[in-house]
Amino acid sequence: MDKKELKVSALKNGTVIDHIPAKDLFQVIKILNLEKVDNPITFGTNLDSKKYGKKAIVKVSDRYFEDSEINKIALIAPEANLNIIKNYEVVEKKSVELPDQIKGICKCMNPKCITNAEPMLTKFDVVSKVPPALKCYYCGKVTDQEHFVII
Amino acid sequence: MNHKSLISITDFSTEEILRVLEIAEDLEKNPDQHLLDGKVVATLFFEPSTRTRLSFESAINRMGGRVIGFSDPNNSSVSKGETLKDTIRIVSNYCDLIVMRHPLEGSSRYASEVATVPVINAGDGAHQHPTQTLLDMYSIKKTQGRLDNINIFMVGDLKYGRTVHSLVQAMSPFNPTFNFISHPKLRMPQEYLEFLDSKGVRYYEHETFTDILSAADIVYMTRVQRERFQDLMEYEKTKDLYILKNSMLENTKPTMKILHPLPRINEISQDVDPNPKAYYFEQACNGVYARQAVISYVLGLRK
Ligand SMILES: [Zn+2]
Repeated sequence: MDKKELKVSALKNGTVIDHIPAKDLFQVIKILNLEKVDNPITFGTNLDSKKYGKKAIVKVSDRYFEDSEINKIALIAPEANLNIIKNYEVVEKKSVELPDQIKGICKCMNPKCITNAEPMLTKFDVVSKVPPALKCYYCGKVTDQEHFVII
Repeated sequence: MNHKSLISITDFSTEEILRVLEIAEDLEKNPDQHLLDGKVVATLFFEPSTRTRLSFESAINRMGGRVIGFSDPNNSSVSKGETLKDTIRIVSNYCDLIVMRHPLEGSSRYASEVATVPVINAGDGAHQHPTQTLLDMYSIKKTQGRLDNINIFMVGDLKYGRTVHSLVQAMSPFNPTFNFISHPKLRMPQEYLEFLDSKGVRYYEHETFTDILSAADIVYMTRVQRERFQDLMEYEKTKDLYILKNSMLENTKPTMKILHPLPRINEISQDVDPNPKAYYFEQACNGVYARQAVISYVLGLRK
């Protein structure tokens, strides 16, 4: 964790999500439903990163995510990591990992799949975590990283 | 409440498959079993398939059940833009079982989630058609007297043919040997070859019919569709390579049988039909027994 950055807008309590590829920031916001929370949130984007060229960072005050919730972002930001902050101190660092199953979030790439015709939730088995690949529970086709379309 | 659907052949364990085949055998021997007296079965054909629908409706009628439904979505509320979910919810109220065919893949699995009665998949696009697999297995067992140690030759379109994929999966516990004969562009997909490797099942791939046909217990023919080839010249050049002719059957086993999911175009030459090894029409008839068995099993009328 970059100490200098944390100082920019220090968080008393909450979660810092770091190492999000800059281009995927808004999808991360969508996946975590941050549009709909009232907590103070700070975003930074197009920050220099050795890994990505440009990265984004999200700081959410007074909010700790369940693993099942935060792991969903592994789909688009597999190298994101979390800093759990309590009283200005990093008390825990975590990396994200794709869960074995995923509901919603992503579309099935098979145009003949029922999930693309009905107003219904998609459901996938994660058949590969790195690189991520999702097997549709309904049609059985595998959607790979190149074809991810976030709902 | 017994609520079991059949969407994919893998929904049934090997034990359940064997049990369903036993029930089919019993229903063939003792046809007067009014298992569906007072029951209503909905056959919902969101895409037309006369053959499959008649086979199911015959199975239902033979057991004394009543049929409701549609054979063409253009005459139903579906064409008015109703969701599949709404159709299935409503029809669930009217019947004890839904048999459905739909052009979209995964539609039957979804229907089974929203239905309050069991669902039998009668084909969901290119995805699954499990009662076809059961009738194929029933035909194998009936003609060979066993399911174990069968040498199965599969010919034609092994890439897109869902019936061959399901049959490969369902037969794998019975120590089969597979010989796949196809154009290189229509090979058995890698994922199924890997599946067979993982189960330790022997298989051999060939590009043409060879004289090893003499080792076959079952020759499973499939249709090669013109649409599968982008290059029509290539289709014209290769299509005749995968036609089974009567003269090719000379040195085959006396007990060998030829299967085909039908409809056939020209991949089995007409001169094969009178040969006692031609079994595809009887195979279609077995479909009725297999479907009777599946229906009575998912409804818990036969255990
Ligand atoms: Zn799908």
